[in-house]
Amino acid sequence: MLRFILRRLLAGVILLLVVSSVAYLLLYLGAGDIGRQILGVTATQEAVDAKNTALGLDQPLIPRFLGWLGAAFTGNFGTSWFTSQPVVAAITSRLAVTLSLVIGTTIITAVVGTALGVWAARKRGAADRLVQIVSVLGFAIPGFLIAIFLVNVFALNLKLFKPTGFVQLSVSFPGWLSTVTLPIIALSIGAIASIAAQVRGSVIDTMRQDWVRTLRSRGLSENRVLYRHVLRNAGGPALAVLAVQFVGLLGGAIIVEQIFAIPGLGPIATNSTAQGDIPLVMGLVVVTAAIVVVVNIVIEILHGFLNPKARIS
Amino acid sequence: MSESAMTSNPPVAAEVRAARSHLARRMLKNPTGLAAIIVLALIILLAILADVLAPMDPSVANINDVLAPPSALHPLGGDSAGRDVLSRLLFATRFSIAGALWAVLIAAVIGVTSGLIAGYYQKWFETVSVWIISVIQALPGIVVLLAARAVVGPSLWLIMAVFGLILSPAFYRLTYTAVVGVRNELFVDAARVAGVGDVSIIGRHILSVVRAPIIIQAALLAGIGIAVQAGLDFLGLGDAKLVTWGQMLSDAFSRMYQAPTLLIWPSLAMALTSVALVLFGNALRDELERAAGKPKRRRRGVAAVAPKVATEKPVTHAEAQGDARSTLLEVKDLVVGYDQPDGSLKQVVNGVSLMVRKGEVHGLIGESGSGKTQTAWSILRLLPAGGRIVAGSVVFDGKDLAGLSERDMVKLRGRRISYIPQEPMSNLDPSFTIGSQLVEPMVVTLGISKAEAKQRALDLLGRVGLPDPQKTFSSYPHEVSGGQAQRVLIAGAVSCEADLIIADEPTTALDVTVQAEILELLRDLQNDLGVSILIVTHNFGVVADLCDRVSVMQNGLIVETGPARAIFADPQHPYTKALFEAILEDGAARGPLAHSADRNTVTVRSTVTEKSAR
Repeated sequence: MLRFILRRLLAGVILLLVVSSVAYLLLYLGAGDIGRQILGVTATQEAVDAKNTALGLDQPLIPRFLGWLGAAFTGNFGTSWFTSQPVVAAITSRLAVTLSLVIGTTIITAVVGTALGVWAARKRGAADRLVQIVSVLGFAIPGFLIAIFLVNVFALNLKLFKPTGFVQLSVSFPGWLSTVTLPIIALSIGAIASIAAQVRGSVIDTMRQDWVRTLRSRGLSENRVLYRHVLRNAGGPALAVLAVQFVGLLGGAIIVEQIFAIPGLGPIATNSTAQGDIPLVMGLVVVTAAIVVVVNIVIEILHGFLNPKARIS
Repeated sequence: MSESAMTSNPPVAAEVRAARSHLARRMLKNPTGLAAIIVLALIILLAILADVLAPMDPSVANINDVLAPPSALHPLGGDSAGRDVLSRLLFATRFSIAGALWAVLIAAVIGVTSGLIAGYYQKWFETVSVWIISVIQALPGIVVLLAARAVVGPSLWLIMAVFGLILSPAFYRLTYTAVVGVRNELFVDAARVAGVGDVSIIGRHILSVVRAPIIIQAALLAGIGIAVQAGLDFLGLGDAKLVTWGQMLSDAFSRMYQAPTLLIWPSLAMALTSVALVLFGNALRDELERAAGKPKRRRRGVAAVAPKVATEKPVTHAEAQGDARSTLLEVKDLVVGYDQPDGSLKQVVNGVSLMVRKGEVHGLIGESGSGKTQTAWSILRLLPAGGRIVAGSVVFDGKDLAGLSERDMVKLRGRRISYIPQEPMSNLDPSFTIGSQLVEPMVVTLGISKAEAKQRALDLLGRVGLPDPQKTFSSYPHEVSGGQAQRVLIAGAVSCEADLIIADEPTTALDVTVQAEILELLRDLQNDLGVSILIVTHNFGVVADLCDRVSVMQNGLIVETGPARAIFADPQHPYTKALFEAILEDGAARGPLAHSADRNTVTVRSTVTEKSAR
């Protein structure tokens, strides 16, 4: 088990290296005169040159990249060009916000999606059609459109929630809950649609397996077979979908945070992109890629727990 | 979906073309498909005709029309800068759709090409592709796009091209699996032998197979493309010179308090397009699956033309004298059928009657499709979805199981009636240890403790002849052989001390040597426990080995029944005789007096029957 985790971590580190190299090279090769961009058109050429020198941009690309890489390994991703704040500090203060949103959404998605999927698979008929219609709508309509709709209806018209703002989870749980409810609903609907469709399909397939009949012939009730045996077998494919959804949610959160004015990674991602703040963009790329790597390892461990054939000794 | 399309018959080009035109025609007959096509066609038409239809220039601002209400001049009002909302909506449709199509086009070109190359030639190209994909997918698409935006600036086309690259793995995978599935098919080999060039093979045989799945994928990805493009514009990262739905949303959102209706139009346009795209993809997939033949619908069973209980009586042999054992199970005029989607009923058992006494082994013999397994399942009331007992009774120990509630049936299963399946490897839950699958039913049905159940399970595993019960107990199903798995299933069937065991071809899936061992085990257990067994088989050898009485089944009906001895001595029904001929020839093959010439023909025949038995 430990060896498996170490091996996956190593593969993850290699992947991170490749991703950050590609991103670094493309970002700097694609960028124009960075000093000019920061100082604006009115600045003198001397000031621009001085800025470029100060940022180390007069150095050749490869040594600069190796320097960045070495510093990154010690946890130093440089400082933002526009706010002069260290990149690590800028990201960590906001990472928890985004993660609390995304993890909360993932949990809701897993629970509601599984429940809906099982319900549709068991009842078929009207329940099945309802879940399928919801799946189509949830899959088709983008999360931020749902977010706009929710703000309009529940915050502006019904005044059940505040339209914007955020309370840290560590400050107050009810406060956090009231500020993340609408964002989580907006984010989760699409993900729930995918999970429900997946769970529905794999439960129906698994219920057709021969061993389901045999277990029932032993005197186990249909519900017991369903919840103890079928769900566990159907869980593997659903987990794979959940992993994909998590990555998608991480991206979706960036837009939804903008709508609800939540101080997560979204606003700095948007600003740093618009300004061309490359150190911050690089930091965001590395952090999200690292999260994806970790999530995939966790999902693989969970999958091994569910499925003995996928288990690694 | 793609697989079912691929594994269908080898597509000859003409056939494929015909199938495709059928598919298009069926899409137009499918109500969802037709609605989606109409909506999409209208939207595309509006996008193309934007400059004709738009009443004004979408970027001309008029200070007097800021947030203007709908009027004759501005049918949908004015936006935050006083621009005409209707005109903007029309042009936004054009650019949003074009952006999404552009991304899908890029994705399809990259994905399909690389999928074809990787699937057809494999080797290093495949390895490289897999690596590139894992790098692409290491980041959420939005993050990659944000980084790309930092490099290429706010160009709609460049950013959507990058998004196309991100989407391309979807097409790659689709094409790759299709190609790998098809490339080793005989008809591709034949084409290659016939000297058809690689390019021609790819074009004719492979692209025609993946075309429809690619269209489905494209429809779904176009919806995602629209959403992502709008998302970027909504964040203010798009090209401010172009008007898109995202731009309109962003503008409307900033004026949400003053003019909430501004949000409606771009939202509606986006939602309508996205839903239409998804419904189009779904409808096409449904039609494609229907075209490939109904996947895995109830396969067993013969379609009965006569829907009523058949009246002809089976040939009945006189009972052996002095058999005073009382009746345990009596099936009378059992009719089993499956409800069809069109509301009709497909009958698979047409009025079966049979009787099993206490302590007796009763053989139910017939060829596959004769309805014997269906009969066995209906006694357990474990028919597959859609199947039900239509008429008749199944009286077990005085109770009619046909009318029993599921709740009471659960109490009966395992404890009174148990089951040995045909295919051992597929009848154990792959996710649980063998031990836990034996312990769980005992704890539930017998109400004993886990520790006690474990001890019993270990004893049973030893009793059914497994050399190392402890090891088997903690093994997973994939870690044991088929013969061992069947012993485990037999142990499970006797674990709760049932009075009747229904054994559905318990030896068919096993090697010949193992078959004999399993039959011997069943005979031993039956002797020791005095349990009744209803054994379903197509093999008279099994009947001769085990059974006291036999019922011969054909086309959902019992044609001959009676004591095994009597039937062996004097088979009456032609079908019974035919079944006998096979086994007698088999027997002769082993006999020392057979001519060598006979032996040859017999060997051929017995391998044939063996194969057909699998």
